[in-house]
Amino acid sequence: MNATIGRLLLTRLVAAILTLWFVATVVFVITNLLPGDVAQELLGQSATPEAVAGLRKALGLDLPPWQRYLEWLWNMVRGDAGRSLVNGSPVAALIGSRLGNSLILAGITALVAVPLALVLGITAAVYRGSVYDRIVGAGTVLAVSVPEFLVASAAVLVFAVQLRWVPALSQLGRLDGVLDVIRTFALPVLTLTFVIVAQMARMTRAALVDVLSSSYIEMARLKGAGQARIVVWHALPNAIGPIANAIAFSLSFLLGGVIIVETIFNYPGIAKLMVDGVSTRDLPLVQACAMLFCGAYLLLVTMADIAAILANPRLRHR
Amino acid sequence: MEPLIDIRDLRIRARTTEGHEIEIVKGVSFSVRRGEVMGLIGESGSGKTTIALATMGYARYGCRIAGGTIRIGETEVTRLDGKGLQQLRGRKVAYIAQSAAASFNPSRPIMAQVIESALIHGLMGEAAAHEKAIGLFRAMAIPQPETIGNRYPHQVSGGQLQRLMAAMALITDPDVVIFDEPTTALDVTTQIEVLKAFKEAIRDRNTTGIYVTHDLAVIAQIADSITVLRHGEVQEIATTPQLISNPAHEYSRKLLAAAEPALRPSPVTGEASVPLLRVSGMSAGYGLVGPDGMPAVPVLRDIELTLGRGRALGVIGESGCGKSTLARVVAGLTPASRGTVTLDGVDLAPGIAGRSREQLREIQLVFQMADTALNPKVPIDEIIGRPLTFFFGMKGAERDRRVRELLDLTHLPASVRDRLPGDLSGGQKQRVNFARALAAQPKLLLCDEVTSALDTVVAAAILDLMAELRRELGLTTMFISHDIKTIRAICDDIMVLYSGRVVETMPAAALETGHHHPYAGLLLGSVPALRTDWLETTPAASLQAQGVPPALSSAGCAFFPRCTRAEPGLCDTAVPPLRPLPGGIEAACFRLGAD
Repeated sequence: MNATIGRLLLTRLVAAILTLWFVATVVFVITNLLPGDVAQELLGQSATPEAVAGLRKALGLDLPPWQRYLEWLWNMVRGDAGRSLVNGSPVAALIGSRLGNSLILAGITALVAVPLALVLGITAAVYRGSVYDRIVGAGTVLAVSVPEFLVASAAVLVFAVQLRWVPALSQLGRLDGVLDVIRTFALPVLTLTFVIVAQMARMTRAALVDVLSSSYIEMARLKGAGQARIVVWHALPNAIGPIANAIAFSLSFLLGGVIIVETIFNYPGIAKLMVDGVSTRDLPLVQACAMLFCGAYLLLVTMADIAAILANPRLRHR
Repeated sequence: MEPLIDIRDLRIRARTTEGHEIEIVKGVSFSVRRGEVMGLIGESGSGKTTIALATMGYARYGCRIAGGTIRIGETEVTRLDGKGLQQLRGRKVAYIAQSAAASFNPSRPIMAQVIESALIHGLMGEAAAHEKAIGLFRAMAIPQPETIGNRYPHQVSGGQLQRLMAAMALITDPDVVIFDEPTTALDVTTQIEVLKAFKEAIRDRNTTGIYVTHDLAVIAQIADSITVLRHGEVQEIATTPQLISNPAHEYSRKLLAAAEPALRPSPVTGEASVPLLRVSGMSAGYGLVGPDGMPAVPVLRDIELTLGRGRALGVIGESGCGKSTLARVVAGLTPASRGTVTLDGVDLAPGIAGRSREQLREIQLVFQMADTALNPKVPIDEIIGRPLTFFFGMKGAERDRRVRELLDLTHLPASVRDRLPGDLSGGQKQRVNFARALAAQPKLLLCDEVTSALDTVVAAAILDLMAELRRELGLTTMFISHDIKTIRAICDDIMVLYSGRVVETMPAAALETGHHHPYAGLLLGSVPALRTDWLETTPAASLQAQGVPPALSSAGCAFFPRCTRAEPGLCDTAVPPLRPLPGGIEAACFRLGAD
């Protein structure tokens, strides 16, 4: 650890916080631009204008936008996401009940997808130009091009309907033992893995091919080093930066971007919560979810940045 | 005696981007006796590195050894499987690459990499390997041998890395060492130290070696015999003294001639010429400019220069001395933070944005790498035609005629007009680079290392072209190079830069004679001469000028830490001004003429 690294890390953190603030502002503005009015929505078409105005006042929607913005921002900083406009329960509680589910799904998918992507990417890079490399390359392009609803539907059709190995829906009831967990998560994890593995594998391959064609790898080979030593000891430490970035980018998708998968498998995750919030004009909920996704994204990307900084010997050893 | 290395009818094939194979090494045979060094010399594309790598059973991506035999001792390399090759590489045959900076893994400490092959081959324990490495560091005269291994490659200078790489090769006491252009990337003053270290190591260990280079003068110091290669074929094999004094093959004679470039007669005579370019009190660099007009990272300080109309000024110095920045400042690409640049009596704005189109036209810059300076997607006639339209509003047939004239002027066939830069050879691309600059009809042509990326024979032709352009167009040129021989061949005046300051100016004729600034003297003495005993006899080899980076403080002479004549208390306290010496030389040194 030295001053340069400290300064770089600090810059990253400050940048992340500023980005978050900027995002918060955008989120606030956009959610307020959403067509429709929550009071109108709640009371229905036949409500009298007086009743709507009364509800608006009760919900604090009659205050000027900047005042609502400042109040909301301050509450966000304090960690208070407010109450749902629709059913009055705290947004934090609503999110809390779903966040765990989403994190479990994301975590299991990451456990499957990241090692798979690394193995595919590394082996493809090592056997660059071979038939295997071409199959992996074409396979990942195919995987990334097929829309996820198609993958999910096909998976349901094959594994749930035809083979009857797993249930078509992933309801989190009582899970008895490992087998039950596997049965419940198999299809959503399979679908999500399909979506994110391609990007990570391709980036890993590209980063490693780049490193493997450098002079110091040739040098290691000419010193008599074996393939495993060259990849693990010589090449990977120099490819950590781009690989970490690809992983962070792909994983950040797993929280907010999985609405289709959650819908198809009826999985009670957070993306679905947000979409429901949008359709009921539940502004505090939508805002909190948006902030959560952006926060998670920033956290992952910043972590990848930090990993890349720490992995760079030019910065580590001045 | 049976030779240790015996290569017979070696054929190597490469796959082109279109997918078919071409032979790049066409039946090469030579042998090396134990304890001798064979030099492989040739231009780019001659296959010299490919052949050297093949002795380790290695072919680069897309290449393969297609035929012939490579015997090293009892081992037939072409018959080894993957395991056998691993046991050969680094153990029996070791490799020293061109760029040490690129050949050391940036993420691992130096020591771990130096002893790696000893550990891979299970020759000794880690502690023993450390000890042996430190001994080799000492033998290579590497500073701080005990601790340098703990550092990372980026923390060590290029010359030291090159010697560390030699230690890395020698750690296993290999039978054969392959030297692949190991000093090409170094400054001459560093090259001489590395060459000395190599030569001593080779002599002390009775090493058998293959030394690959394009520089005849360098190889003359190291090799016992030389194989001359061209287009993957052997042209001549001879002992070093014989090749230098009496080359048999015509191509060898051409190489020899190019190694000592002939002087191109200058069209200007005498002193009487009007100054075209005047730079005074100029400082420039990078980063924020302070209140005193100095940038955060100064590259050039207090530069004074005058360039007469029609004359050619050579700017010389080692990498990082600021010579390229000087060209960029004059062109306006890097704005000067202090001082003035005057062309034809008119003060120019520091940056391009402040200069008129006419002023931009008058100064043209030719870059080193034609590959990166020419847009690969734009055909040649468009590359040359664009400045014609931009500066002179030429169109259609008029522009087309002028493009032909410019091609003719730079000795390019008119048929290249609709080709892309990628279809041209390196020398042709550099000519296009010139034609484009000349299209603007500049008063001043700035040439930044324009021959450095070219093979010697091709570079010689470019020098001829430049001499011709000067003669026919009366061009004023500033010629920037690290290569003294090139500068000497083409320039009227020479300016030596060190650490961003002018340390000496002289007429080109004074190069071989007269007293010089200690740095200029070191630079001149470090250029290898084409005789086998140069390394032993040159006085520059005994100057201990290593290890200390140029002083960054503005107090005192920048060369003070490396100077053999430095006087503490004088040289490190004040910046020496340029003072006239006999022979038209001006040198910035307190000690010259003092004793």
